[in-house]
Amino acid sequence: MRQIDPDFLALPLRRLADAALQRARELGAEFAAFRLERVRAETLRLFDARLEGSSDADDLGFAVRVVKNGTWGFAGGITLTPEAVAEVAAQAVQVAEVSAPLNREPVELAAEPVHEGVWVSLYDVDPFDVPLRDKVALLGDWSAGLLAKGVDHVSASLMQVKEQKFYADSAGTVTTQQRVRVHPSLTAMKSEGAAFDDMRTLAPPVGRGYEYLTGTGWDFPAELAELPDLLAEKLAAPSVKAGTYDLVIDPSNLWLTIHESIGHATELDRALGYEAAYAGTSFATFDQLGKLAYGSPIMNVTGDRTADHGLATVGWDDEGVQGQRFDIVRDGTLVGYQLDRRMALLKGLGRSNGCAFADSPGHTPIQRMANVSLQPAEGGPSAEELIAGVDDGIYVLGDKSWSIDMQRYNFQFTGQRFYKIENGRLAGQLRDVAYQATTTDFWRSMDAVGGPETYVLGGAFNCGKGQPGQVAPVSHGTPAARFRGVKILNTVQEGGK
Amino acid sequence: MTPQEVVERALALPGADDRVVIVDEDTTANLRFAGNTLTTNGVARGSRLTVVSIAGSGTGVVSRSGVTPDQIADVVGAADRAARDAQPSEDARPLVAGEAAADWDRPAEETSIAVFRDLAPALGEAFAAAEAGGRRLYGFAEHLVNSVFVGTSTGLRRRHDQPTGRLELNAKSPDMTRSAWVGAATRDFTDVDVAALDATLAQRLEWAKRRVDLAPGRYETLLPPGAVADLMIYLYWSAGARDAFDGRTVFSKPGGGTRVGEELAKLPIDLYSDPARAGVECGGFTVAHASSRESSVFDNGFSLGRTRWIADGKLANLIQTRHSAEVTGLAETPAIDNLIMEGPAGGKSLEEMIAATERGLLLTCLWYIREVDPQTLLLTGLTRDGVYLVENGEVTGEVNNFRFNESPVDLLGRVTEVGAASQTLPREWNDYFTRTIMPPLRVPDFNMSTVSQAN
Repeated sequence: MRQIDPDFLALPLRRLADAALQRARELGAEFAAFRLERVRAETLRLFDARLEGSSDADDLGFAVRVVKNGTWGFAGGITLTPEAVAEVAAQAVQVAEVSAPLNREPVELAAEPVHEGVWVSLYDVDPFDVPLRDKVALLGDWSAGLLAKGVDHVSASLMQVKEQKFYADSAGTVTTQQRVRVHPSLTAMKSEGAAFDDMRTLAPPVGRGYEYLTGTGWDFPAELAELPDLLAEKLAAPSVKAGTYDLVIDPSNLWLTIHESIGHATELDRALGYEAAYAGTSFATFDQLGKLAYGSPIMNVTGDRTADHGLATVGWDDEGVQGQRFDIVRDGTLVGYQLDRRMALLKGLGRSNGCAFADSPGHTPIQRMANVSLQPAEGGPSAEELIAGVDDGIYVLGDKSWSIDMQRYNFQFTGQRFYKIENGRLAGQLRDVAYQATTTDFWRSMDAVGGPETYVLGGAFNCGKGQPGQVAPVSHGTPAARFRGVKILNTVQEGGK
Repeated sequence: MTPQEVVERALALPGADDRVVIVDEDTTANLRFAGNTLTTNGVARGSRLTVVSIAGSGTGVVSRSGVTPDQIADVVGAADRAARDAQPSEDARPLVAGEAAADWDRPAEETSIAVFRDLAPALGEAFAAAEAGGRRLYGFAEHLVNSVFVGTSTGLRRRHDQPTGRLELNAKSPDMTRSAWVGAATRDFTDVDVAALDATLAQRLEWAKRRVDLAPGRYETLLPPGAVADLMIYLYWSAGARDAFDGRTVFSKPGGGTRVGEELAKLPIDLYSDPARAGVECGGFTVAHASSRESSVFDNGFSLGRTRWIADGKLANLIQTRHSAEVTGLAETPAIDNLIMEGPAGGKSLEEMIAATERGLLLTCLWYIREVDPQTLLLTGLTRDGVYLVENGEVTGEVNNFRFNESPVDLLGRVTEVGAASQTLPREWNDYFTRTIMPPLRVPDFNMSTVSQAN
């Protein structure tokens, strides 16, 4: 297992935590937590094999969060001295006091065992140990290879993040964590007459290191070798006829549908209305827990903060709760929500399942998504077998456009590639396809779930939620799956053309 | 050390041919509430040093937060090394020259929780009134102050202090089936009237007591200024000159080049940015922390003035760096942090447009707006927090929500009426863009693609 970087451990972590927690206690806080973070992010972008821009930025600071007289107070700072930290702790208490007249729901937290430990995510090569020039050269070579095969333009990007967190609270929990994630992506572009189109690699972002670009976890050369011909076929493909079709959806597309229609819909803060003015609420209201037929009986969904290489995988969350795996949908029925400590106690659900997260030292933890995943069927079919069961349908790969309403009912997705299915066989690509459905109709129409060999962990670096806005990385594992009778739009016709 | 001293020390260190140094000082305060009670709150402070080093035509950019005086040389050294290792930068140009601006030496401005000293009690009263009136209030208030200091090895020293405030108020009926929203953009919250905003919400929840279910289809639609802002911001973000020139956007001309000069709207619509526009003042020079398709670190300090993106209905300019302007042969028109749309003089207010409507829809907000097709800039999204039926000049009830599929570019060509412009807060994009002045628009055939069950 890798170790936490020595220069982070060399910071006066415990001394600062002691100063903050002591000051908060002196000022009457019932609960206090200190979090010191360093988030380093490097992004590089190439266009037509030339470096277009790069940035290497970090965010180092700390936060003190208190409960005083049943009201939250939060303050963040950047000066890493005991005196400055104590002053910020006093600000957090002051914020709680100023805010108290607005608070009608006293804050109480679900109990959590005291933890002390260190956790590092699974990766082999720290991407920040790899020289920029090597990364540019690799992406440049890949881009040049695509250009040599007749595409007009290629954009390439690589995002890399290393997140280090130290957490200590007034109950005695002290944890230190480090995790790494990377997201390489290439998009090929081509014009044909007045039409143009593009196609992006399907490789998902992952909780791995630089080894992901050199053969561990994804075969980039193999995927890139196919891309120019696939794009040419897409440009020449017929436009889809709008109507109702059976769909077989690849994990590279279905992860995003899971994210939007299950992941966000089963966040308890949304179901309780805390996000009502912004991200929205949820059709999966709390009174339907244990009753709502979310999908067909073959639908089983878990929340998981322990999955290997998951983007939302942690040792402990930002309220000191240990990472866990839990059921959200079992045999098609809603059985669980994603929780933080306050909501777990408020709704009598016992222990939090560890879904509190803050994206930076300047932001307060809010309930964020675990790795929410659709479970494969043991001994279930392959993608080819799923396709073989469709007479007139469409096979969907890769994510692209997505949109869903504020209660997570009505969604519309496009993709990178759509293939016509005729009599159980693929019959060439289609263009201008979008699928549109209501969440429960869609998941209830799922009549087959692929086997474990079709299971892939997809995901996103930057899921947005909350005010002030926060971004969170999250993965979603899913097998390929089949859906019956889904509405397909022709996007050109939708544009009135 | 002061930000100015940090800039000078970083510029004075040896090692690179040229350097740009940017210091950002940020302070924030926020209150969030739901169901007539506070949920989260906070204050925070940030400080960031960004060093752009130039060696030959290679650039290295390193940005670090919370840098102490003894760490400045480390940041500069890292940027210098990155520049020496880099390929030549395509956007390399001589740095913008200049001298120290008259206000350079002023200290950075700040905010604190005290900015809410009048707002917090007003919200408390609104919560009480809402409770008594059978409403639940949800929302968010935030104040940010960014002070940015830019210095270059060519002598330029410029700074800008940008206060940004926003208040969102969302009222719902206790059963959550009726919802209304209002928002306000502000520089300091002294101009925010919570009671008046809450009264608007109460009126809209009353309108929603009569429910009318309508099928998907194309409807005559009145888009209020906030909804227009969300659509036009997306158009603006899609107006990069380089991507248009490369044939990748709705502003690409088939066969090559851009559509600059083409008519987009039949009405004499102007869409422009102006750093000096009262109420939506913003920085008057370019600040680029990294190069991209629409920004160049070499342009830091470049003076910005009023820029017309659409003039009298015709596409006039696209977002450019100095480099992309050479490639495209168009004017040097970098991005500006505000957006203003105006129609012919004498435009009506939204209320007057409602009164002149025989039958149509009045929207409140658009939400979850995403691109479906870059070639047409077809966008999809949802209506939110109030779609009202207008009949014979009056609002007669609330209609179900819809998913729409529309292109803001295509829509400009179909607009039949442009109302009087006013400052407005976009709904979806106000995390990133708050300074807008927009008119209400009448669209004869807005494409409501399907019904959304969401309330």
